[in-house]
Amino acid sequence: MTVMTDPPKESFRLSMLIYDTRYRSITIQVVALLGFAAFFGWLIWNTSNNLAALGKEPSFRFLWEPAGYDINQRLLDYNSQSPHIRAAVIGVLNTLVIAVLGCITATIIGVLVGVLRLSKNWVISRLMGVYVETFRNVPVLLWIVLAMAIMIEIPPAPKEFRGDNATASVSLFGTVAVTNRGVYVPDPNFGSDRIGEDGTRLDEPTGWRVGLGDVDVNSSGMATYSFLGFEITPTLQFWAVIVSALIASVIVKIFGGDIARSLNGGQETTSPFRVTPGRLMLAVLLIAIIVLWSLMGMGISREVDGVSGGVFQISLDFLLVVAVLLVSLNISKRIKNRADDIQEKSGVRPTVWYIRLAVVVLPMAILLWALGLYFTYPELKGFNFKNGLHLRNSLIALWLALSLYTAAFIAEIVRSGIMAISKGQSEAANALGLSSGRTMRLIVLPQALRVIIPPMISNYLNLTKNSSLAIAVGYFDITGTLMGVTLNQTGRELETVLLGMLIYLTISLSISMAMNWYNESVKLKER
Amino acid sequence: MKKSVFLGALTVASIAAGGAFAGTLDDVKARGKLNCGVTTGLVGFAAPDANGEWEGFDVGVCRAVAAAVLGDATAVEFVPTTGKTRFTALASGEIDLLARNTTWTFSRDVDLKFEFVGVNYYDGQGFMVPTNLGVTSAKDLDGATVCIQTGTTTELNLADFFRANSISYEPVPIETNAEAQQQYLAGACDVYTTDASGLAATRATFEAPDEHVLLPEIISKEPLGPLVRHGDNEWGDVVRWTLNALITAEELGVTSANIAEMAAGSNNPEINRLLGTEGSLGEMLGLSADWGKNALEAGGNYAELFEKNIGENTPIALSRGLNAQWTDGGLLYSPPFR
Repeated sequence: MTVMTDPPKESFRLSMLIYDTRYRSITIQVVALLGFAAFFGWLIWNTSNNLAALGKEPSFRFLWEPAGYDINQRLLDYNSQSPHIRAAVIGVLNTLVIAVLGCITATIIGVLVGVLRLSKNWVISRLMGVYVETFRNVPVLLWIVLAMAIMIEIPPAPKEFRGDNATASVSLFGTVAVTNRGVYVPDPNFGSDRIGEDGTRLDEPTGWRVGLGDVDVNSSGMATYSFLGFEITPTLQFWAVIVSALIASVIVKIFGGDIARSLNGGQETTSPFRVTPGRLMLAVLLIAIIVLWSLMGMGISREVDGVSGGVFQISLDFLLVVAVLLVSLNISKRIKNRADDIQEKSGVRPTVWYIRLAVVVLPMAILLWALGLYFTYPELKGFNFKNGLHLRNSLIALWLALSLYTAAFIAEIVRSGIMAISKGQSEAANALGLSSGRTMRLIVLPQALRVIIPPMISNYLNLTKNSSLAIAVGYFDITGTLMGVTLNQTGRELETVLLGMLIYLTISLSISMAMNWYNESVKLKER
Repeated sequence: MKKSVFLGALTVASIAAGGAFAGTLDDVKARGKLNCGVTTGLVGFAAPDANGEWEGFDVGVCRAVAAAVLGDATAVEFVPTTGKTRFTALASGEIDLLARNTTWTFSRDVDLKFEFVGVNYYDGQGFMVPTNLGVTSAKDLDGATVCIQTGTTTELNLADFFRANSISYEPVPIETNAEAQQQYLAGACDVYTTDASGLAATRATFEAPDEHVLLPEIISKEPLGPLVRHGDNEWGDVVRWTLNALITAEELGVTSANIAEMAAGSNNPEINRLLGTEGSLGEMLGLSADWGKNALEAGGNYAELFEKNIGENTPIALSRGLNAQWTDGGLLYSPPFR
């Protein structure tokens, strides 16, 4: 008879939390987490208590009160009677404008400089080195202020364009006026049959050629109701629907693979009408927009003049131009693919560049003509130039300084990316007889992109966050409106700063997300 | 970075609340120094001179309060504040008193939880344009580019004025007076608008002041005065009655020249009460009996401060106007010292 000894029974004692290495690390982490939570809890509790004692309970109600101040650069209708929240939206749009413009130019300049810095031409490579070192070693605020000072001091004031012995004139055949208040460039407009109150046409008559006008998104069909003490206004409902539609379509895009496969009958197909996540996303967006349309009482408004009652207006002409452009680019790409196929099969590439060009240019030209495109040019009226598109010098200074500053960093990233590609690659390309330009474009840069993209994301984020220095030159971004004047006039520091942080966080995360998608698509695919 | 801002905001808010209810008067006495918020530099009102000594009309109020409380007119720490930072500085306890030509408005008094203790200058918002622009009235300014300091009541008045007259303008928001001056002189804006006294002070620093003119329109009421935090009435009383002492002294003819003589005793009981030789007003405020005398010795009475810093014989050349004593047809009227 064998004696079986039972293994000692697992028993848990409290002391094991400290003395048993299996549990100790968990104990420490839990304690640290509790401590951290307690600290933040105390901070929030203390703040809200103290604010309550001061009689300043956190409240976002001020956002719906009239702002009272004017904003010079506004992409949507806004006047001093609009609520603070709308001023904040105008500020967000201005931030986005500078972020998008800045990222594009910074990328172009950065890539150019990065490539040129590796040039065999001694003068060019050293010049680029000097550029990079000066720009990235001086704080960006100084560059912004310097750019603004140049914009103010050097170009002529509008009054110097006036009179018979004017000392300044409108350049480029009278189309571009460079003044110390900004640059006025021709402004594209579409023909319209709007009639003013006095019976005259409001826009340039262009015969029968008229544009489609604007869609007035207004919220008159909806009511304000209250939820947990918050006023849910039609504007808020509108944004809620827009944001949820966007989020829904993004989710569909990310997790749409399975849905698309099941809709395709559970198998991979190559049919041109197969369901893809991208197409699903478009469908969700379209449905959401149609739902919006019926909910919000949108309507085409050609008569509305000046400030509309709507939340904002969408230019149908612009949408049509974008749609036609996308379609013709797609057709152009198909022509290229076909030429590629023929080249693969026969070894001879048919000449298609003029067809591809015509496919993009001709329909666009016809469309623009049919919509009655015309330009207004800057003319001196009263104190300032009227008509034309006014690029304020605050915008230009900020754009220029941020782009040049960030481009210096991007140039270094591009240079490191190029140097990361083994020399064998370009030598192999040279051996095949590719010119140095094509080697760079076709062999080196596509591979370097994989190294370049991730650090590039953080530079885009930096540029966007640096744009909050805008108030130094009087550019009304979100820091200038919501966290500047609104904060000041309402005295709601905590609320406005929290809201501003939330907005920057959202913008930054969106940029990261978009760039990560792009990174996924260019990174090395391992099968 | 963002997180640290958040933490900072929370901490500032916590400190603000913590400090708000302690007695500011005791704090100042214990510290031996008055923290006084002033502008970042507006000649005549508050600006450092060649030796780095702050001087000006608002600075005079700071010094008078310091003299009344601490007996020493130089025991002041001047904290320069911009239009945007001034209220946070006061609410957070960084400064004890804000004397920075700040307009007394309902929402600042009630919603921002401050206490305006009186008015030391009755002002109004005006416009300055170059003479060669040929503009004679603010109503001719349709389409003009206007330089304006952000974070001030000026911004709201301007929007209201142009809206009421159905004319358009292009606002150029600017952070400080110095930047505004640079843009205005370079012609990047046609008009500079702020309180008329501030315009006069700014113009005085120009190379050619004659080439700029103030338009006749005054588009707002701007009663400027010192302010303290709401809820600390003892401290509010000290500042209020120091200001009243300056005004009353002018009315009673007490100047820095004759104050020693007056303090020895006079026939006028109100002068005696003001200078502490009679009654116990100082004790009621929690100050020494000669607080009024100290306050007046710091820079003289209201009229002396005015004439020395912004009066007609200075480059700023402001006339008394609304700021004359009520006996001379102005608005200055101090409650009695009794």
